Amino acid sequence: MASSGQVEQLESGRVTKEQLDANFSDLHPEFDSHEAAVAADRCYFCYDAPCVTACPTSIDIPLFIRQIATDMPLASAKTIFDQNILGGMCARVCPTETLCEEACVREAAEGKPVEIGRLQRYATDVSMRSEEHPYTRAKTTGKSVAIVGAGPAGLAAAHRLAMLGHEVDIFDAGVKPGGLNEFGIAAYKATDNFAQEEVEWLLKIGGIKLHSGKALGKDFTLEDLSKSHNATFIGIGLDSVRKLSLDKENLSNVENAVDFIARLRQSSDFSKVPVGSNVVVIGGGMTAIDAAVQSKLLGAEEVTLVYRGSQKKMPASQYEQEIAKSKGVRIIFNAKPVSIEGSTSVEHIEFEQTENGSAANKNFSVKTDHVLKAIGQLLTDEPQNLELEGSKIKVNALFETSVKNVWAGGDCVSAGDDLTVTAVAQGRDAAENIHSKLMGEG
Amino acid sequence: MADLTSSFCGISSPNPFWLASAPPTDKEYNVRRAFEAGWGGVVWKTLGSEGPPIVNVNGPRYGAIWGADRRLLGLNNIELITDRSLEINLEEMARIKKDFPDRALVASVMVPCEEQHWKEIVPRIAETGVDGFELNFGCPHGMSERGMGSAVGQVPEYIEMVTRWCKESTDLPVIVKLTPNITNIIYPATAAKEGGADAVSLINTISSIVSVDLDDMAPNPTIDGKGTAGGYCGPAVKPIALNMVAQIARTPETHGLPISGIGGVTTWRDAAEFLALGAGNVQVCTAAMTYGFGIIKEMTAGLSSWMDEKGYNSVDEIVGRAVPNVTDWQYLNLNYTTKARIDQDSCISCGRCYAACEDTSHQAIAMSADRVFTVKDDECVACNMCVNVCPVENCITMEQLSPGDLDERTGNRVAAEYGNWTQHPNNPMAKAAE
Repeated sequence: MASSGQVEQLESGRVTKEQLDANFSDLHPEFDSHEAAVAADRCYFCYDAPCVTACPTSIDIPLFIRQIATDMPLASAKTIFDQNILGGMCARVCPTETLCEEACVREAAEGKPVEIGRLQRYATDVSMRSEEHPYTRAKTTGKSVAIVGAGPAGLAAAHRLAMLGHEVDIFDAGVKPGGLNEFGIAAYKATDNFAQEEVEWLLKIGGIKLHSGKALGKDFTLEDLSKSHNATFIGIGLDSVRKLSLDKENLSNVENAVDFIARLRQSSDFSKVPVGSNVVVIGGGMTAIDAAVQSKLLGAEEVTLVYRGSQKKMPASQYEQEIAKSKGVRIIFNAKPVSIEGSTSVEHIEFEQTENGSAANKNFSVKTDHVLKAIGQLLTDEPQNLELEGSKIKVNALFETSVKNVWAGGDCVSAGDDLTVTAVAQGRDAAENIHSKLMGEG
Repeated sequence: MADLTSSFCGISSPNPFWLASAPPTDKEYNVRRAFEAGWGGVVWKTLGSEGPPIVNVNGPRYGAIWGADRRLLGLNNIELITDRSLEINLEEMARIKKDFPDRALVASVMVPCEEQHWKEIVPRIAETGVDGFELNFGCPHGMSERGMGSAVGQVPEYIEMVTRWCKESTDLPVIVKLTPNITNIIYPATAAKEGGADAVSLINTISSIVSVDLDDMAPNPTIDGKGTAGGYCGPAVKPIALNMVAQIARTPETHGLPISGIGGVTTWRDAAEFLALGAGNVQVCTAAMTYGFGIIKEMTAGLSSWMDEKGYNSVDEIVGRAVPNVTDWQYLNLNYTTKARIDQDSCISCGRCYAACEDTSHQAIAMSADRVFTVKDDECVACNMCVNVCPVENCITMEQLSPGDLDERTGNRVAAEYGNWTQHPNNPMAKAAE
């Protein structure tokens, strides 16, 4: 029991090891070849297919599915990778229910879209298991490009640039590459160390040097890079988490959901990851859902997710919400936290009911020993001299920043949604533009 | 409940569904279970001459093509006639007939094309109590290399000759099984009739190579690196069989000759279609081989319910009902004009109709920026391709223009009267009305 004046230690090992293994198993296991053939057969090969339009990386989905149907998974994977070199991870983490699968005409017809995400995973998994990396490098151009950040945007840019014949150096602040793929995604969406395997596979193209533990502004500056390289791409993501700005936000066991998720992802033994018995998650995005679901999977007795807006406004898809509910997460809409209570550790949290965003003068309290904040991430430590738009780096349609020879993409830029797949598209397109610029200069 | 009892060229059975001469009818064990399941009749697996039994290959004997989810659409085989001794087959047939007197039991026969062979075996088989004979002039593989099966069926004179020998050897009904591996089914059917056949049954299997093993570079099924043409059957061959049945039913020379319809019958509906085109009953093989004898319950119940719904009291009332509506192209009404109509409420915007129309020939479907598909009446020739590719049933339909309506494509008003090619001004051979 929590008692005043004592730091409540969060417990680990709330459920058995077998149960943990089951809880954190693959959310959507890989299709076997027959399942893939059956699922592929459902595709109508639509004309000017809506799913392609809905895909941020514009993968030719009907074509890759037809290639699965004709038993050519390697060719299918090539169709995917041509547009999205992180097609393997995107198959796992894309909110397909709001992208390609929502646009699928079979969703309109029968409420059951072609399982595009799982088909993409089938093809990319088969390809990534094969010995050969599907791409070779063009003749060397003699140009070099620096990439800051080894997340989805940086990796996509690096691969494309290496393929086009440039020499690439990636500088990444983390101990491991992958960015949010490695640290920010729910464990049951990227099982078996997939993020690292994907990076290793991607680097097989050659011509890319990875420098881990090197942070922009600390270990080097943009100016340094402009001297050592012909061009720079910035894909640093978002470095900090929005605060609730409440008193006692610093009580123990009040933490950022991204830290909790990263701790879980980096743990080799989930039975040693502590979690509260009454967890409250504040926020309404995918991070909030991932944190809430995983708290429950670790054995928290009560998990309550509180979002300030209505169900309709919630950024996490209906599908994600259903996953959370099916795992026993209670979701409360239209409520915002007004105070955190406790002496050293959090004990309960006070919410105010809202109506259309404004206070409805109805308060309620939720008992909690573990609060996870997931109300959005920010760019606070932006590189010097770069013009911002809002709080993010301003880029034009070619992903050029305000500084010459510096491009940027992914979550750190003002354009597009903060999705893995969007970051990949931006990294890829920025790379193509860098290539045109470098070669145009001759 | 509609009465399903059937009398086919004098052979009665409780329903018009017989199992065709094939592996499922090769032995007593099978036939007994088939009858227990409810099959109306059985054509026993083809019997050959006395002596050392036929030898089959010891590698794979069936090949297939599949649709979605490995649904079997077409099957081919290189199996020969029964590989069990004549004596055992006859003993078993006699026992079956004794135990199931109300079911039709027909003996399929194939012996060399010499008179004494047929005249010896037919009376001997008759002793089992069978209800009739089916002469196997159809098998396109193996036996045909030895001058039997389709080698006989492809020569109308032989068909007539052998049929006559058999008719001289028995008073029981003789059914001639025809091969589709010919140019015009009317010639062999006429020959059978001339020879005195009581009925024809068709189609036997179609000579085929079902697929090629691209690793071994050999046809499937592959036997030690080689393959051979096999007999094709199953749902894929039904359209070919329906046409041949209909041609026999509507051609004056053969009209009225009882037909046992064979070829891809898989459901009650397939059977009803064969009956409508003139078959007096149907024979089933691939469907029973694929799904087992239990499908007979769906077939009899389905046919019976449909007959009740339509007010048909007996099978004979259905037989040949669609035959008057099978005609030559030259007699089709060229003044009948339709246009495709897309139901926007059920359209799922897949665009398959657009792709098909655009790349087929007519460019008669328009696509808007927000994926609304509409028919351009001034281009639509009513070809029906959009209907065929649309994944939503009844979303695209063909709507008939009324007499007097403007056909925007031709700029002409739709004529009220019937007008066919034989009367058309563009036809140099037209017999002008005036």
